[in-house]
Amino acid sequence: MRKLIDKFVFTICSLSTVLVLSILALIIIYIFANGVLAINLDFFTKLPKPVGEDGGGMVNAIVGSIIMVTLAALISIPISIGAAIYLSEFGKGFLATIVRFLVDVLAGVPSIVIGIFVYTIVVLPMKRFSAIAGALALAIIMIPTVVRATEEALRLVPQTLREAALALGAPYWRVVLEIVVLSARSSIISGVLLAIARIAGETAPLLFTALGNRFLVTVLDRPMASLPVQIYSYAVSPYDDWHRQAWAATFSLVIFILLINLSVRFFFRTKE
Amino acid sequence: MLVKNRNMENTSLESKEVKEVKEVKESKENKEEAKNLKVEVEAENLNFFYGEKQALYSINLKIPEKSVTAFIGPSGCGKSTFLRTLNRMNDIIVSARVEGKILLNNQNIYAPNVDVVDLRRRVGMVFQKSTPFPKSIFDNIVYGIKINKLANSRTELQQMVEQALKQAALWDEVKDRLNDSALALSGGQQQRLCIARTLAVMPEVILMDEPCSALDPIATEKIEELIVELREKYTVIIVTHNMQQASRVSDYTAFFLLGQLIEFDETEKIFTYPKEKKTEDYITGRFG
Ligand SMILES: Nc1ncnc2c1ncn2[C@@H]1O[C@H](COP(=O)(O)OP(=O)(O)OP(=O)(O)O)[C@@H](O)[C@H]1O
Ligand SMILES: [Mg+2]
Repeated sequence: MRKLIDKFVFTICSLSTVLVLSILALIIIYIFANGVLAINLDFFTKLPKPVGEDGGGMVNAIVGSIIMVTLAALISIPISIGAAIYLSEFGKGFLATIVRFLVDVLAGVPSIVIGIFVYTIVVLPMKRFSAIAGALALAIIMIPTVVRATEEALRLVPQTLREAALALGAPYWRVVLEIVVLSARSSIISGVLLAIARIAGETAPLLFTALGNRFLVTVLDRPMASLPVQIYSYAVSPYDDWHRQAWAATFSLVIFILLINLSVRFFFRTKE
Repeated sequence: MLVKNRNMENTSLESKEVKEVKEVKESKENKEEAKNLKVEVEAENLNFFYGEKQALYSINLKIPEKSVTAFIGPSGCGKSTFLRTLNRMNDIIVSARVEGKILLNNQNIYAPNVDVVDLRRRVGMVFQKSTPFPKSIFDNIVYGIKINKLANSRTELQQMVEQALKQAALWDEVKDRLNDSALALSGGQQQRLCIARTLAVMPEVILMDEPCSALDPIATEKIEELIVELREKYTVIIVTHNMQQASRVSDYTAFFLLGQLIEFDETEKIFTYPKEKKTEDYITGRFG
């Protein structure tokens, strides 16, 4: 009887694994098959053509995504790592509990809600959609992921390493900043990279913050295009060529995210 | 009823201890005259608590300078706890509480005006598991020197690194690869690097908590030789579970049991004519 249950559980688990893997494989194959056919050099270098004309590319969205993701990372990384250091190394009391609770809440907030939030506090007062609003929304989405990954990484640093540095006559804050963070650096970098990969594909929070733009802009207080938003608007359009370009954009976005994930894997492997 | 019993036990043990300490004091005083020894580290009526749980019971102890003292005793008897009160490393444990005094060169290190950071420079510490920083060999040693601003120039810094590595008998093995990661060293080399790092900040006392327990016999031998050499300049206190090691390297031995200091004396005496039955039982391996 016990053997039977054993077998049953094993079969269920194996089946689930196979199911998950095949769904993933299907998605990737589908995107690759469509994307490879759709992608060309124009896609990376040309601006969108006027409605109805074939050809053109999405350089505006690519540049826009790069700008907003970079900006979001620059805003959120210092805040998140700072908060994580506080939580892991200093925070003991009531304040730490509150911060930790807020981070948990933030992690659970749907990204569209964060978009609306930024819309209310940035877009409405500025009376304009803008890249900075988009970046801010992405930054907020990034914070809980980076805080949690960093806090986890810092907690894994052995206590004796802190004590060893203290025993050399180092003040605690220097031990934390110079030894603990250094020891945890590759896990922290991995966490940051994964968070970047995540926000690179966010669509909802950009819809009413950065909006989108058919032209290439690099100033931060104007509406700006991004790959996910452009994929969305092209995919729901009635034009075949726009569908093709949406596939190309999806393909490049997935490749970007895969590359980040693979490099993170590589990071960990070289560390151990 | 139980409580009463325990109290009685405590008082009887305490009085025994007081007697002991007197004896130790007397024999030490004789020695002090003979060898002109100065007391470096002294515990006065030290009690230690982890929250409600008492881990050390009124420890009294005088450790002379420029000597090696071994702490022995069964697991959980409070050796590490006591060692860590000597550089206030226990301060970072939230629930920890200390009563009594630790005197370092006649100064109470638990006095309110003491600079704990500087105290920890003066009382270095080496751990059971080696703790190299994820930096180069060179930078591992430089870290403490820079933090304490001990070097005035680049050349002086390099000299200090070289000297520390030589003192720790590691120089010849690493002089050609000072810029390699310290994590690439063997366990024994890492442990000597940690000792070198400690020596570089010019401490007065060096605490070692089972520094060899993760090492093979050859690496252990090297560290033991090193400890014996360190005695020339430093006061070394080492926790060990290895009776042979205690008798090989130490001048004095302290035997702990259940948070109490049972006996402290010259190592030779402890290992040949222990005064306490418990000490004898332990070193002859009858329990522990
Ligand atoms: N951080 C802590 N919090 C609470 N109790 C502790 C803590 N560290 C140690 N203890 C307790 O204090 C007592 C003494 O521990 P200590 O580590 O000093 O023993 P030890 O003699 O060094 O043992 P070992 O030989 O196993 O290292 C033990 O009962 C232990 O469980
Ligand atoms: Mg111990």
